[in-house]
Amino acid sequence: MKWQEVKASVTILGTKVRKDKAQLSVSVKRFVKKLENISDNEAQEVLEEKNYVAALGICAQDPVGNGSNISGGEVYSFQTPKRSNKMAELASELAQTPEQNVAPDHSKCPEKMAKTPQNSKRSSSDKVQQKSKKKEFVSTTPYRLRKRLAAPDPYLESESEYSASCSEEEDEDEQKEVSTVLSDQKTPAKTKAASTPPPRNSLAKKNKEQKMGNLVEEYFEAHSSSKVLTSDRTLQKLRKRRLSQQTLHDLLKNAPLAYAAEIRDLNQQHESLFSKWMLQLHLGFNIVLYGLGSKRDLLEKFRTSLLQDSVHLVVNGYFPSITVRSILNSITEEVLDHIGTFRSPLDQLEFITKRFKEDSSLELYVLIHNLDSQMLRGERSQQILAQLSSLPSIYLIASIDHINAPLMWDHAKLSLYNWLWYETTTFNPYVEETSYENSLLVQHSGSLALSSLMHVLHSLTLNARGIFRLLAQHQLEKKDNPSYPGLSFQDFYQQCREAFLVNSDLTLRAQLTEFRDHKLIRTKRGADGVEYLLIPVDDTTLTDFLEKEDEDV
Amino acid sequence: MFPAPDFRCTSNDSEDTELRFVTCQSLWNQIKSETEQIQENLNKQLLENLVSFLSRSHSDFQEKTTEWTFKMKFREIPTAALVLGVNVTDHDLTFRGLSDVLQDNITPYVAMLEAKDCPGIKNLMQKLMGQLMNCDLDVDSLEDEDCVQVSQNRVRCSMPSLISWYDSVTKKTDSETPSKKRNSSSRHWQSPPVVVVFKDMESFTTKVLQDFIVISSQHIHELPLVLIFGIATSPMIIHRLLPHSVSSLLCIELFQSISCKEHLSTIIDKLLLTSQFPFKLGEKVLQVLINIFLYHDFSVQNFIKGFQLCIVEHFYSQPLSVLCCHLVDIKKRVYSLSHDQCENIRRLPSFRRYVEKQESGKQIELLTNDSFLKVETKKLLEDLHVYHENYVRILRCLHVFTSSLPKYPLGKQIRELHCACLENRVWETEEYESSLQLARMLNKTDLVTMLQQCVEILMSSSGKEFDRAVEKLKEFLTQFQNLEASQERDVSISPQKELQKKTDLYHLQKTLLELKESRRSKKLTKFEMLRFEVVDYIDSLVRRYLVPADERTLHEVVYFNGAAVLRGHLNAAPRTALHTALNNPHWYLKNQALRCDGGGISNKAPDICIVYKLHLECGRLINLVDWLEVCDDANSTFTCFHARFIRAVSELELLGFIKPSKQKTDHVARLTWGGC
Repeated sequence: MKWQEVKASVTILGTKVRKDKAQLSVSVKRFVKKLENISDNEAQEVLEEKNYVAALGICAQDPVGNGSNISGGEVYSFQTPKRSNKMAELASELAQTPEQNVAPDHSKCPEKMAKTPQNSKRSSSDKVQQKSKKKEFVSTTPYRLRKRLAAPDPYLESESEYSASCSEEEDEDEQKEVSTVLSDQKTPAKTKAASTPPPRNSLAKKNKEQKMGNLVEEYFEAHSSSKVLTSDRTLQKLRKRRLSQQTLHDLLKNAPLAYAAEIRDLNQQHESLFSKWMLQLHLGFNIVLYGLGSKRDLLEKFRTSLLQDSVHLVVNGYFPSITVRSILNSITEEVLDHIGTFRSPLDQLEFITKRFKEDSSLELYVLIHNLDSQMLRGERSQQILAQLSSLPSIYLIASIDHINAPLMWDHAKLSLYNWLWYETTTFNPYVEETSYENSLLVQHSGSLALSSLMHVLHSLTLNARGIFRLLAQHQLEKKDNPSYPGLSFQDFYQQCREAFLVNSDLTLRAQLTEFRDHKLIRTKRGADGVEYLLIPVDDTTLTDFLEKEDEDV
Repeated sequence: MFPAPDFRCTSNDSEDTELRFVTCQSLWNQIKSETEQIQENLNKQLLENLVSFLSRSHSDFQEKTTEWTFKMKFREIPTAALVLGVNVTDHDLTFRGLSDVLQDNITPYVAMLEAKDCPGIKNLMQKLMGQLMNCDLDVDSLEDEDCVQVSQNRVRCSMPSLISWYDSVTKKTDSETPSKKRNSSSRHWQSPPVVVVFKDMESFTTKVLQDFIVISSQHIHELPLVLIFGIATSPMIIHRLLPHSVSSLLCIELFQSISCKEHLSTIIDKLLLTSQFPFKLGEKVLQVLINIFLYHDFSVQNFIKGFQLCIVEHFYSQPLSVLCCHLVDIKKRVYSLSHDQCENIRRLPSFRRYVEKQESGKQIELLTNDSFLKVETKKLLEDLHVYHENYVRILRCLHVFTSSLPKYPLGKQIRELHCACLENRVWETEEYESSLQLARMLNKTDLVTMLQQCVEILMSSSGKEFDRAVEKLKEFLTQFQNLEASQERDVSISPQKELQKKTDLYHLQKTLLELKESRRSKKLTKFEMLRFEVVDYIDSLVRRYLVPADERTLHEVVYFNGAAVLRGHLNAAPRTALHTALNNPHWYLKNQALRCDGGGISNKAPDICIVYKLHLECGRLINLVDWLEVCDDANSTFTCFHARFIRAVSELELLGFIKPSKQKTDHVARLTWGGC
């Protein structure tokens, strides 16, 4: 899918460039505008017919007004880097005028205007002033701004030089901002381009091209330097504000949902499609839902309103330990009432296929929340699910969220799935989907890992706990060493012996096997063939664990 | 088929839902069987060739002739390289047809292998033997399942065991000649070949292929093996995948399936440019389907899938589609329309236009009297059918002309011409103008053959509509013939003139100048006159019959025009939708507070939009603490802000915009481009 989209956008650009060179930039701007005036459909339709659609031969005015029909260029063009310093601006502005739009309004706040990039190169003194102003935000501004500030003074010189020779300042605006992050050698070339001002139309186009070139270079520049310029602050310092999963959940539960009415409207629109989905499922299509927002509730509602009387299977794809095997198992065991195991998922699939083909009265609805989740996105899993969905009496309705989800499927799988795509932007928060421990930020609380650690260890002998403690302590001592490989088995054995925890290396090995079975430790062989032991838990959790252990003892 | 779903659910939809559903289903079934028929016919030649190849390769083994032993000495495996094209999704159908044909005519032992099942030679052998033994089971379904299951598990998957299996099977058929076996043995030869099909040759690992070929070539004298490679790209791939030492073990013969473009043309020809099916596609819809085909997958299967979706959508969303039926049913259906349906007809834009053109008395009748309306509707629908029939004929005639013009101003394929004609009045377009210009320069032989073709096309129609046109064209043809006779005389004079004047350069120049002069001033020759007449006549036919469908009254009943819906379902852009939702929530949530202009975003936007916007400003890595604080400043009024931030960040991670980074503590890495 992604490939298709990209291709589409390329087609547009291609035809545009050839057909109406002069209009290029104009029409691009029109597209941007188009998004905003949704109300006047008339004009928009004309626009689309003339520009975007002409390239594809489609009139795509969506009656529901969904957003998937904006031009590809709109999405795939690079973000204009002129907003690079806006994060800080945004912050301060929002803090001052909480009820206002974020977009800088020049007429209303003239003192802000000095800061906007448009004026950034009027004079070098201005620039300096501006910089000093910016410095206030240093702590809150990531990477870009800091990089800018870190840039040596020569920039300033080259910039003022450049602006003196530049006749088309307005047009060059955006590249200017780009060039500030680029190396100095870029500047002469650009000055040359600007010093012989071509007719305005072609200039606009040239600008576009240049911008493109700069952006590409910028991309590689940003990705080539291994050095990362961000502040060194860590969440450790904000410790008191760290939340556990439970408190987070409670807090969010109490938080009012913004735009509840609008979201409800949106969802109602989608719900009116239920019967259509049902029909299309029965006609041999499968349905995939995409768009921002959790589609869990929508699918749940679909299930409760239409599938009550039929056999159906709900798969929570976002669940961290879901596997294709478990999906297949629940089909064979619970739907087909088959007891017995299979050698491989493929065998199992074959069995299912056979059963469904034999018995035409069998029907099964499969609802998969997040078909694109970590556990299901693998090639083999998708292949099996695709084959499953291609059975005529299995009806699959699934949701995807990841931006690259369509890349999972090649043509063969797509034809097996036989998708009909439905845009169902719900704006519902992803409550369930993100509630598992592997989420960012919350991960650091590690409460789940901690409780499972405690749980397992409590069922072990005192000696075993001692052994684990020893390993944990050792690991914490070395926590500042990023290349710490783990404790070698020999050393560990020595230490355990000294602490009177084991009497032979066999007992230790037996103990370690038990740990490994519970996934408490991980072993790996170093380059020298020595076995290293490591607890795959982050340091804070480990510290917490040791503290708890101390309390217990 | 199934009880629950039909079209009962749309808002204005008490009308004829059941009938619509039934009509839709029967139409689709007809179309489906038609497409299958087409596919079968197209593949016929290919399959015949393959079958003859297979029987040849195996007859040698059968007769144990010297040639076979000769070949055997070199251990060559007969191999068919089947070039199928890049439309991988269509291959399955071809292979299914192939295996059916093989099992009917040549051998029960056909194994289909796919690369995804064969990561190693062991899996390949396992799969191969499993399939072969299963087909054995199908042939004499005496043994019970368990037995085979066990044997499949127990038998070591190796070439010798395969051979011993083959020996036992063929012997069994040999010895076991009672009456019940006669059928199968008459169908297949005594020792039928074992056909192994590699469905997707390109995806196999080189090693597996090589090993298999080398191993089986050792046993070729014991086991009549034939390989079939399904190739999506070009035959060159065989030599790229296999080194010379291995490919020299194969005796390759090349087979080419028809190209997918030809296939599509046939499908369009048989499904759209025919009056066999009442359902038609509008211009935009057809364009979408063709574009998906040409720019995305070259898959005829997907084209047909899209067509199916069109049918379903049409019958689902258009209550009047109940009238989209064959000519014979129209009368009955029209007269049984309910009052609501009559109102639906009155609401159709094309019908309103029609009413406006009528005189006032009839207008009132049409708008108030249901039975009068029904009579009129029936007439209009029949007109529509006639229109379509005529349209197709004339379209084909026009295509005869345009497809031979230089540079093809109206397109080479008839589908392009069809789209152009559906889109707007084709005679008002520049392309049409230039094609007429070019047609006026055609030479005589071309023109005559084209006219003959047109006559054939028009003659084949059943109605009397084109009798006059045929007559006229025939008249043109005779005129051309007469012209030929008269011209021959002209021609016979002129060379004599030329011959007399072979004097000096000066004279030659003079005569040439004179000739040029005369040509400029000279009136058009008879031929040229006639040519103009012909072109003008064709033009008049075009103007009369190729009126775009949406200018016809009641076209909404049979033409499906929901291009946007179709595109949304088949060629969706999930990234775009996500992007729009994040950047411009107002698009979805119609709340004034969310309105924003030019790149900015309201601070009242949903959390995730704000967090997303801020993350766009960052580089490759983002410090969570900084990010949190920026958001915090922006939104500090809320108490549970921190929790909401965490949620928004988790959501962005779920959506794939960021991921936790190990490079630095408490940093996340951006996964998308832009603004880096």
